Amino acid sequence: MSIVSPVPPPEVPGAGVEIRVGPAGPMPGPLRFFGRALRTLWSNRKASIGLVILGLVILVAVFAPLIAPHSPTATTFVPYQNPSTTNWFGTTGNGQDVFSQMVYGARISLLVGIAAGAMATLVAVTIGLIAGYRPGVIDELLSFMTNLVLVIPGLPLMFILAAYLQKRSVWTIVLVVAFTSWATGARVIRSQASTLRTREFVTSAVFSGEGLFRVVFREILPNMTSLVAGSFFSAATAAVMAEASLEFLGLGDPNTVSWGTILYYAQQQNSLLTGQWVLVFAPGLAIALLAVSFTLINFGVDALSNPRLREK
Amino acid sequence: MRYVARKVVLFLITLWAAITLNFILPRLMPGSPVDAALAKLASSGQPITNAERRAVEIQLGVPHTSLITQYWDYWTSIVHLNFGTSYSFPSETVAQTIGKAAPWTLALVGVTTILAFIIGTLLGVYAGWRRGKTADTSVTLGATFFAAFPPFWLGLLLLYVFAFTYGWFPIKGGYNPGETPNLSLSFLSSAAYHSIIPALTLAITSLSGWVFGMRNNMINTLGEDYVTFAEANGLRTRTVALLYAARNALLPNVTAFGLSLGAVVGGSVLVEGVFSYPGLGNLLYIAVVNHDFPLMQALFLVITVAMLVAIFIVDLLYVRLDPRVRQ
Amino acid sequence: MALLEVQGVNVVYEPTRGQRIWSVRDVDLVLEQGEFVGLVGESGCGKSTLGFALTRMLRPPARLENGVIRFDGVDISTLKGERLRRQRRNGFAIVLQSGMNALNPVRNVEHHFGDILKAHAHAGEHYPGATVRRRGAELLGKVGLDATVLSRFPHELSGGMRQRVSIALALALEPRMIIFDEPTTALDVIVQKAVIQTIKDLQRENGFSAILISHDLGIVLEATDRVMVMYAGRIVEDQPSKDLVSGPHHPYTEALLKCYADPRADEIHLGGIPGTPPDLSLPQAGCSFTPRCPLVQDICRTLDPPLSPLGHGSAACHVRAPSAAVAGEGVKPVH
Repeated sequence: MSIVSPVPPPEVPGAGVEIRVGPAGPMPGPLRFFGRALRTLWSNRKASIGLVILGLVILVAVFAPLIAPHSPTATTFVPYQNPSTTNWFGTTGNGQDVFSQMVYGARISLLVGIAAGAMATLVAVTIGLIAGYRPGVIDELLSFMTNLVLVIPGLPLMFILAAYLQKRSVWTIVLVVAFTSWATGARVIRSQASTLRTREFVTSAVFSGEGLFRVVFREILPNMTSLVAGSFFSAATAAVMAEASLEFLGLGDPNTVSWGTILYYAQQQNSLLTGQWVLVFAPGLAIALLAVSFTLINFGVDALSNPRLREK
Repeated sequence: MRYVARKVVLFLITLWAAITLNFILPRLMPGSPVDAALAKLASSGQPITNAERRAVEIQLGVPHTSLITQYWDYWTSIVHLNFGTSYSFPSETVAQTIGKAAPWTLALVGVTTILAFIIGTLLGVYAGWRRGKTADTSVTLGATFFAAFPPFWLGLLLLYVFAFTYGWFPIKGGYNPGETPNLSLSFLSSAAYHSIIPALTLAITSLSGWVFGMRNNMINTLGEDYVTFAEANGLRTRTVALLYAARNALLPNVTAFGLSLGAVVGGSVLVEGVFSYPGLGNLLYIAVVNHDFPLMQALFLVITVAMLVAIFIVDLLYVRLDPRVRQ
Repeated sequence: MALLEVQGVNVVYEPTRGQRIWSVRDVDLVLEQGEFVGLVGESGCGKSTLGFALTRMLRPPARLENGVIRFDGVDISTLKGERLRRQRRNGFAIVLQSGMNALNPVRNVEHHFGDILKAHAHAGEHYPGATVRRRGAELLGKVGLDATVLSRFPHELSGGMRQRVSIALALALEPRMIIFDEPTTALDVIVQKAVIQTIKDLQRENGFSAILISHDLGIVLEATDRVMVMYAGRIVEDQPSKDLVSGPHHPYTEALLKCYADPRADEIHLGGIPGTPPDLSLPQAGCSFTPRCPLVQDICRTLDPPLSPLGHGSAACHVRAPSAAVAGEGVKPVH
């Protein structure tokens, strides 16, 4: 490969995203691979900021019992209080400590974001790989389904599904969010899979008798890791926002403590009009920061898969 | 015109599929939406005629009737725009309720989306062209920052700062309370005044998507040989940036525009809800909060069909932009 | 005064922070008016990079590190912006490797011509549609294309046609020098011959100087007056084309020639050159062909040979073209 051409190598026709194809061969163990990916991401400035923020949120969520001064659900305080020394963020209309709610709330938002993102990505990868690798009727059918789900407005569908489901829990939210967000990733993965399908290393693997699953999982998938990762982070970002929206509309589980429910109660209790702007500002900012962290990390993933986007 | 023919067929099939999905959805849900709806209607205080009851059943599920019959009746109702009665607005049909709200959303969301697309795309072109320099970094950072704001949160913040604290803008509603919608200048101007913050909220949150997409497209396009060749031939910088790079980088964005309408509509639900702006999004908000199934069904149908039509129009527009599909 | 005088050009390529690859090292060359010169070498030897450097088309992460590029007496190595753009008219042009992608997909051929003509119009010159079409048809005619091509879009043309349109567009600038970077690499053999013939005819009729960059020695020898051979970022040989096939040369050139077999011979031996080109991110001590050279001497490992006379041209080899300066310093090359 010429390393001295002043112009980047020509793009594979049909590829939406340029993939740096690694040597086809045995993949390094998952832990080492993960470590290497982390290090590469860390070298990208935007991604490293994202990783730091995400790391902080994870720490807060994991060590919530140690960080939060009080129980998030205990209604032992004077309601509608502004920030004070006992209640750093003030109290809700039910007399709960907002700061502790914020700390524990990180768990739900993180959980939903990652779980829904992972689920949506899993579905997207499965459908995308199958559709991309097997042209013909299966591909046409799956593509049509994907396009159909894509054009149906996601958020309204989510609201309606959540409204219909009488029993609400965090997991219904995860399911509803995952169900409506897999289509974007599926389309991207399908297009990349169908491009890779015609590459020589795949053809030679098929000719040497590798079974379908081996070809898909050992040859094609490893070359799409950055695409899958990018898909995951996009889905996670959308999931965090969607969860917040659902909670805000009261479509979540009002008994769980998440950043979205804090906003819901704030809206119900007109916190802005009573001057308790912290109840609106804090959870919203937290949601925004978590979403930003995923987006920033995604910048790094983008740069991994498309050398033209790399920072100098 | 094979491309156009294919798009028409796709549009019709997707339209059919979406409408059918709308038919299936309430019949699949646990509990019985139709019973709940009828019960709520009965307790709303308004007398329910048999015709209205029937209309609601057709939308949500007619007991003891075959699916085929229901499906046929469903299509008949839709074509006649008969969606039943909602219990949030029991004095009028759902069709009427939606009819009143639609213009507001069209005005607010329609105008804002197009503006956000244009401004976002231009900013993306600028950032991509000046990649790596301060202009690019500031645009990118700004867009990242604003992209992360949940729309309703941004709406609440803007509301708090500009409407509540400073009183520069009204706190809620689409027009001055006490007025009835008409086409007089005073009404239109108060309507415009009331729509500024909601529009700003929607615009800021949707802008960033366009900026990023266009910036990435620009960066990819700038690496193409025809851009290099154009520069080698000494074409003016502006020509290369706009007619060679941006014009090509635009294409994927246009395709994405149609698909993004779903997100815009979703965002409008939240924004209109926060501002009590009398549009379709607000209606959906009310419907969802009240578990108003007939209204939800009809709204979902209207929104989906509107989106499909918009996407179809964008697809047709694409033919004008890309000569490669004009086979 | 020669049309193009190049001294000490170095191009460095920095793909990631801290990594520096010297893709063109200390190149001097001279191009006279009306000369047709070939630049030959394997992939990665720096010939395309040199072509881009000479026409000021280098883009980050590649950079012209130092050197003087005097075109028609003017040092263009430091020109920027509008002044550089203006130089392209009546100056130098480059035709890119992939004609397929050199044309804007959303503009038709007529618009391409219009863009160039309007970009370089002198004050008072106007280019309404009719003028653009007339001039476009004229230029297309020179490359053997019909005027109907004007209304076509790039995707409606074949690869060969697109390559010719690229050449016609370069001609629109009425340049004094054109660099053809691998103009036929992406084309099939029959079209290759036709395109090369077109280039030859154009060069003869219009009198511009030309540099033909290719890894295909065959085409270069057929079309050009003089050939320069590049290896590892340096010019290692410079000979008239008709002299290249015979006589002693730089060991690399000889090895290259051996790679071409005569298809009419009874027995065909396909040669290859053992070893691989050097890693240009490391500093090169001595002659960079040393690891692969059958004639290597001690001095080759320590001193990079300068271009010295050999036959009707020159070569950079201590053994074949011993340098008088080196000999004079008392370092005698041993045969």
